Amino acid sequence: MNQVQLSDFEIVAREDLSPATFLLEVRHPLMAKAARPGQFVIVMSHAEGERIPLTIADFDRGRGTVTLVIQAVGKTTREMQQHCTVGSALYGLVGPMGVPSPIGQARKVICVGGGLGVAPIYPQARGFKQAGAYVIGVLGFRSKDLVFWEDKFRACCDELILCTDDGSAGIKGLVTEGIRQAIEKHSDIDEVVAIGPPVMMKGCAEATRPHGIKTLVSLNPIMVDGTGMCGGCRVKIGDEVKFACVDGPDFDGHRVDFDDLMTRLRRYKQEEQTALDRWSEQCRLMAGR
Amino acid sequence: MATKKKKTIRTIPQQRTAAREQPPAERVKNFAEVTFAYGAEDARVEAERCLMCPDQPCVRGCPVGIDIPRFIEQINQKNLRAAYDVIGETNLLPAVCGRVCPQETQCEGVCTVGDTLEPVAIGRLERYVGDTAIQNGWVNNPYIEPNGMRVGIVGSGPAGMACAADLAKAGCEVTVFEAFHEPGGVLRYGIPDFRLPNAVIDAEIENLRKIGVRFECNTLVGRLFTIAQMRDEMGFDAVFIGTGAGYPSMLGIPGDSLNGVLSANELLTRCNLMRAKDFPNVDTPMPLGRRVAVIGAGNTAMDAMRVCLRLGAEKVYCVYRRSRTEAPARVEEVHHAEQEGVEFHWLTAPVAVLDDGKGSVRGMRCVRMELGEPDSSGRRRPVPVAGSEFDFECDQVVYAIGTNANPIIGQTAKLKLDKRGYIAADEDLATSMAGVYAGGDIVTGAATVIEAMGAGRRAAAGIKASLGLGAAPTDTPAERLFGIPAGERNYARLRIA
Repeated sequence: MNQVQLSDFEIVAREDLSPATFLLEVRHPLMAKAARPGQFVIVMSHAEGERIPLTIADFDRGRGTVTLVIQAVGKTTREMQQHCTVGSALYGLVGPMGVPSPIGQARKVICVGGGLGVAPIYPQARGFKQAGAYVIGVLGFRSKDLVFWEDKFRACCDELILCTDDGSAGIKGLVTEGIRQAIEKHSDIDEVVAIGPPVMMKGCAEATRPHGIKTLVSLNPIMVDGTGMCGGCRVKIGDEVKFACVDGPDFDGHRVDFDDLMTRLRRYKQEEQTALDRWSEQCRLMAGR
Repeated sequence: MATKKKKTIRTIPQQRTAAREQPPAERVKNFAEVTFAYGAEDARVEAERCLMCPDQPCVRGCPVGIDIPRFIEQINQKNLRAAYDVIGETNLLPAVCGRVCPQETQCEGVCTVGDTLEPVAIGRLERYVGDTAIQNGWVNNPYIEPNGMRVGIVGSGPAGMACAADLAKAGCEVTVFEAFHEPGGVLRYGIPDFRLPNAVIDAEIENLRKIGVRFECNTLVGRLFTIAQMRDEMGFDAVFIGTGAGYPSMLGIPGDSLNGVLSANELLTRCNLMRAKDFPNVDTPMPLGRRVAVIGAGNTAMDAMRVCLRLGAEKVYCVYRRSRTEAPARVEEVHHAEQEGVEFHWLTAPVAVLDDGKGSVRGMRCVRMELGEPDSSGRRRPVPVAGSEFDFECDQVVYAIGTNANPIIGQTAKLKLDKRGYIAADEDLATSMAGVYAGGDIVTGAATVIEAMGAGRRAAAGIKASLGLGAAPTDTPAERLFGIPAGERNYARLRIA
């Protein structure tokens, strides 16, 4: 269908941060203007594609672009890794969605990012810095060669603790170790913000719970529309059920039922595998031709 | 008009003209339309059944007041273009409404013929006219004099479409914003193909484009820009909000969040909009259980059940706490679902969804109900029968128990909401923000397509009045030449037979 759009979602820059992680900068001036830290978008890479939620990793109002950082793990994201080149366009991009993160009066904060959460924690760290807070960054990677954006974080963090599983960069250990060290050094931390895989966010919430430090986590459950319409993204927060897309995606980490979230994330595991296997087979056949 | 003997209830065809349907056993294997359209002869015979009674209760029974006897008379005269024009005066989407309106509680429910015989099949006639128009590429392309006013419409569902049509015809520059990647709202994501084919929606959207309406998809109003920005920065002279109800209700019983429990909205969106039935040729999956329990008995529930059957479920159960009489779905939908093999469990209420130990559904626990005293809705209140709890096996549970107000606009605009979170609007559908109107499910809570369209048109009238555009000239037959409104002066569309 031929329809006029506010943006044609053109990819204006791409950077491969690691073998499985890539960055896309997409032109969408209105969204760049509207986006706030903590919000996300829904992307469709082609007409037969699925709608996938991705946290906004950065936005540049001057350039009129939003930046997405994608981990190629399933069929859709691996396909995007192959096809999303500079000059091409996404089929659909809608947002910014979700309630922006409250960047308030916290004087001293820890911003934690692990794996796919490293990129989306960046605008939060920058937001806190601009609001005048003392920002401690804690970033987790598997090893040194997967590290990215260290310089960007150093520019907006007063302290940066790099954590790697194998100790090849920064300290050896998980981000929870980084949090522990930061809390040990600073007794006056007002807030922790953590974005990453659910199991990491769960660990962060447990690390701060004994200290009673307010801990916000950004949940990324399965979604279809991202506008509150399907309820697929419902999460348990204390005794309440919330929709991550319109009530979140940020929630009090001490009240999130992470086990429920992790179970629900496995809902389409079999289909995800089917799609990936089928696609890999097609790629193999194409390559052999 | 040819002189004829006056029709009476005894002279008209006594039997309602049947519409052919795909046999149930066959149609549960496909997504093609269940009910076939009337042929020309079917339509003519059925049109003959209208008594042309002076009272015209059907017109009052129609939420948008279609001049039903007049369009039926045109079918009688074999002038389908004129019949289409008559409907077009009040209803922009005859092919849609002919299919999805609950005619038995509207026009057909009050039809004079229906006092004695089966009522005139007004819905099927409307669909016949609408389909004929689509097949022939007819559009009510009126002569439009631009008035320089710009109106922004939020949501491309039936309310937004109806509002857009009226305002575009009045000469406004209309832009419709849609959050999904395709326009149509509930017509697109909610109503399945076998009830409303996508081609019909495409045709109706195309008609709107032809009269100058612009559609901007992938646009989440409230978050990409606010209602206030539309009015104050983007130059819209008026805004209409028709975002629908959205936000599905969950039951709040144990097991709600198990894998395999989902809202009907999710099931239908995956299947209709995202075409999950074609997985893995498309990327959106909709894995289905072998035994599916659908909770609720409204039209959405019927759609969900029938989609499940078509996706290959072995057993589909309908679980509803009241009896068949109170079921809110159209009679035809319940009938179709029953024919297709849905097993109905009336007077049965869910108590818990049962866990298989791995976080997925293994069954449901329900309790039998009986009907007690009438409640606030006038329907007899279902009360549990003590000690009647029972378990049954199923591996998927679909909640079709209604929706709540979508919070996005409420979160992002300083609009007065009612206590349930819906937008408060006066009788002209003006909201508490100057220049901002709202209508459809986001004002009333879940209702029907045609009621939403009625609201869209009412808001359009309110907007026109507020912009000083006055009432649109009424289009009476006397002002027509060859079936074309005199003011239109567009005789290019006359077709020489």
